[in-house]
Amino acid sequence: MSTTATPPPKKVNRLGLEVLSYKGSKTTLCAGCGHNAISERLVECFYEMNIEPWMVSKFSGIGCSSKSPAYFLNLAHGFNGVHGRMPALATGAVLANRNIIGLGVTGDGDTASIGIGQFMHLLRRNLPFIYVIEDNGVYGLTKGQFSATADLGSKLKTGVINDLPPFDCCALALEWGATFVARSFSGDKRQLVAILKAAIAHNGLAIIDVISPCTTFNDHEGSTKSYSYIKEHDEPLHELDFVPHFEDIQVEIPEGSSHDVRMHDGSLLRIKKLGRDYDPTDKMSALRVLHEAAEAGEVVTGVLYVNTQKPTLLDMINMVDEPLATLPTERVRPSREALETVMEELR
Amino acid sequence: MSTLQISPAGESTGNAGRQVINDFSIQVATVNGSGSQTANNVLMRSIFQMGIPVSGKNMFPSNIAGLPTWFTIRASRHGFIGRKKEVDFLVAMNGETAIEDVAGLASGAACVYDEPLKLNEQRDDLHFYPVPFDKLVGPVCPQPKLRKLVRNMIYDGVVAYLLDIDMEEMRKALFKQFGPKKIKAAELNSGALVAGYDYAAQNLSKTDPFRVERMNETAGKIIIDGNSASALGCVFAGVTVATWYPITPSSSMMEAVIEYMRRFRRDPETGKATYAIIQAEDELASVGMALGAGWAGARSLTATAGPGISLMSEFVGLGYYAEAPCVIFDVQRVGPSTGLPTRTMQGDILSTALLSHGDTQHPLYFPRCPEECFSMACEAFDLAERFQTPVFVMTDLDLGMNNWMADPFTYPEKPLDRGKVLTADDLERLGGFERYRDVDGDGVGYRTLPATRHPGAAYFTRGSGHNAKAQYSEREDDYVNNVDRLKHKFETMRKFVPAPEIELDPEAAAGLICVGTTHQAAQESRWQLRQEYNLRTSYMRLLAYPFRHELVEFIRRHEQVYIVEQNRDGQLLALMRLELDPGDIARLRSVRYYGGLPIDARTITDSIVAQEGL
Repeated sequence: MSTTATPPPKKVNRLGLEVLSYKGSKTTLCAGCGHNAISERLVECFYEMNIEPWMVSKFSGIGCSSKSPAYFLNLAHGFNGVHGRMPALATGAVLANRNIIGLGVTGDGDTASIGIGQFMHLLRRNLPFIYVIEDNGVYGLTKGQFSATADLGSKLKTGVINDLPPFDCCALALEWGATFVARSFSGDKRQLVAILKAAIAHNGLAIIDVISPCTTFNDHEGSTKSYSYIKEHDEPLHELDFVPHFEDIQVEIPEGSSHDVRMHDGSLLRIKKLGRDYDPTDKMSALRVLHEAAEAGEVVTGVLYVNTQKPTLLDMINMVDEPLATLPTERVRPSREALETVMEELR
Repeated sequence: MSTLQISPAGESTGNAGRQVINDFSIQVATVNGSGSQTANNVLMRSIFQMGIPVSGKNMFPSNIAGLPTWFTIRASRHGFIGRKKEVDFLVAMNGETAIEDVAGLASGAACVYDEPLKLNEQRDDLHFYPVPFDKLVGPVCPQPKLRKLVRNMIYDGVVAYLLDIDMEEMRKALFKQFGPKKIKAAELNSGALVAGYDYAAQNLSKTDPFRVERMNETAGKIIIDGNSASALGCVFAGVTVATWYPITPSSSMMEAVIEYMRRFRRDPETGKATYAIIQAEDELASVGMALGAGWAGARSLTATAGPGISLMSEFVGLGYYAEAPCVIFDVQRVGPSTGLPTRTMQGDILSTALLSHGDTQHPLYFPRCPEECFSMACEAFDLAERFQTPVFVMTDLDLGMNNWMADPFTYPEKPLDRGKVLTADDLERLGGFERYRDVDGDGVGYRTLPATRHPGAAYFTRGSGHNAKAQYSEREDDYVNNVDRLKHKFETMRKFVPAPEIELDPEAAAGLICVGTTHQAAQESRWQLRQEYNLRTSYMRLLAYPFRHELVEFIRRHEQVYIVEQNRDGQLLALMRLELDPGDIARLRSVRYYGGLPIDARTITDSIVAQEGL
């Protein structure tokens, strides 16, 4: 006897959307590329955070990392811009429509080499924007040259040794005004998901430097951005839990072992102490940790800094609440009398 | 006994009784930072208030204080407001340049000078009027610190006496210039004005022929600089995101945008801004922000000058291929950054028309006057959104930074053209869309804006490597189809850009073609050619690129067509050569001026006369 099995109900989020609604096109990056793992995490996070995918806009510059916005959130607009200058496009778009959830995906060359100028000025402005650096220390698309985040002494496949010090994008972000700064590893699924969700919940500029090894050009012995090197040197600052605002928060945590940060949307970033005491709202200690880790040859990961109080660019320029892009004519064209007033002054 | 030191005028100045009324140029030579701009504006405005067509041109150095500056005011009963090559009436206040300034005058010109400079010793064929400015300023300005500034108002009084300018108009202009908040300063200056006038009346005896007489040619008109007019145009065009990086001569345009936006673009209930203005870190960022904003649906603006245009090159190419609208004002000047940044030039015509890599072409508007700065701003935003592409408005330093008399601007009646944008409802009705499909045959696809609440709204924007569905493609046919459609879009634009201004003379074998501020001098040159050489000419002023069909028709009606422009290499002519037939190109001649000053009629006339063999 044959029976027709009832297909199990499709799994959907609170918006009634399947995870498929958050996926992108098939990746064309190399097998094992850390960037693909990051794309998968982004799909999960936006799905689980119940974000309408069409409210997201994806921005990128040039490079392997910057191709990746095609591989997640197909239902979101995307703009693959010019090399190192994605922040300008994103700034313009978010100003035009403040309802946009802006997500930038960039690489270490795109941010720290050609794009260092725009990166720094983006930091100053505290644009509400999620900025993910897929950091592998090397140019993949032009076949394996060093970028400006390559560590001193790191070796290329060709044997060339890097003799210039790296930019630490997290240290720069801390110094110049980002209000959410984190470092993670593409292979640490749990940590990366918590960080990305917190970044989505954050109102302000979130900089997330994700070490994302390049399997083709920078995954060999002597590289400081290889899978094996990062696994050996990854020093998580803490254990992270993200409790979204739409879930009940009823977990008892013993005094002193955790540091909670209430995010802008009401979500909770629960930071559980590992080896050391670390207060992610203290910028000075964040800088100290980064410098100490660099000295020790370690890669500290986790949420380095959160500031939920600083006004964003949109607050500072006191814009109307509605998107500028779709304001009706009568709100953007001054009256006939206004023109007549000016003309009279000039007579 | 008199303190008069008027040199005996030579033969050429001895035309007693001859009067030159409302047809001369005054040049005031000062040092920058001395506050002479106020005195010069008052002088210009008072002539304007007497109903006489007038123009003012400031030739200033790239410097804050201490270098020579010349301000030229031209009164013309014929209405010619281009630069006049000859100076008729000099006010020599700058010892550094005085000898050279005097040497440059034509015989018979007049010269008011600071007495200690003893300029009367330089020549004997000019009308000299010495004025002891330092002696006069003391009694009217007790505060020594202010004397340097107030001193200038004394020459206004002297000139008013010598040229017969109504002192009541001078006073009115002065109080207008200072505004209601600076009454004290205005009164102080008013005292200096009167002191200058009284000194001249008591001590100088008029011997030169130049004077003004009331006319009725400026009633209802305004005085405004082109940059302020451009700014007003953008404000009334409904700009919502404006980005900029300071660069002469465009900075004052964006500062005017900020000022007018603050005044007129606050929400009446909440006081919040219906706009965003960002001073970017450089021009790459300013145009990137403008393109990002345009892509997201804002009416976006940036303004710059030649060096900024160079920096914007890559992004503008992306804007062309990705089809994102924005409006870019290029207030042209001499380049490069360490060139003559405070001198004017039509220097970016060719580079901007074809800006960026690959096959790119961009529409350009060429305003010639403040009225067109205003109206073309409105048109440029419409064109940018209609055709989803960066649009340039090519003004220049002469237009942008100088004061011009103009007709009051006409309130824009045309509704904003927001172009082909699909809403969520449209998508629901249509069931979907293809971003780069030429549905209407005009080369322009339909777009959606980010954050449109519909699962079918999104598309992925990138450069030229995509098919009609905006999917990534490196296929030969997809690329060719895409750039051919872009070309077709540009062809469609020819019918949308404003038609040229044409004056056909059926008897003329020669024609003149120009753009922008060359107009003033070109029209005066045509008058000179007719008066002095009996040469009749036709005229065409192009208002935009791509060129319309009228251009070829005009060229074919004439034996010789002179392309008149303000650059060394004939950029406008070069742009025409790219698309004209060889037979048409053969009719083209070139008239170029590139000395950094606004082009003048005599230069054009001389060049055409030489080329015509007259």
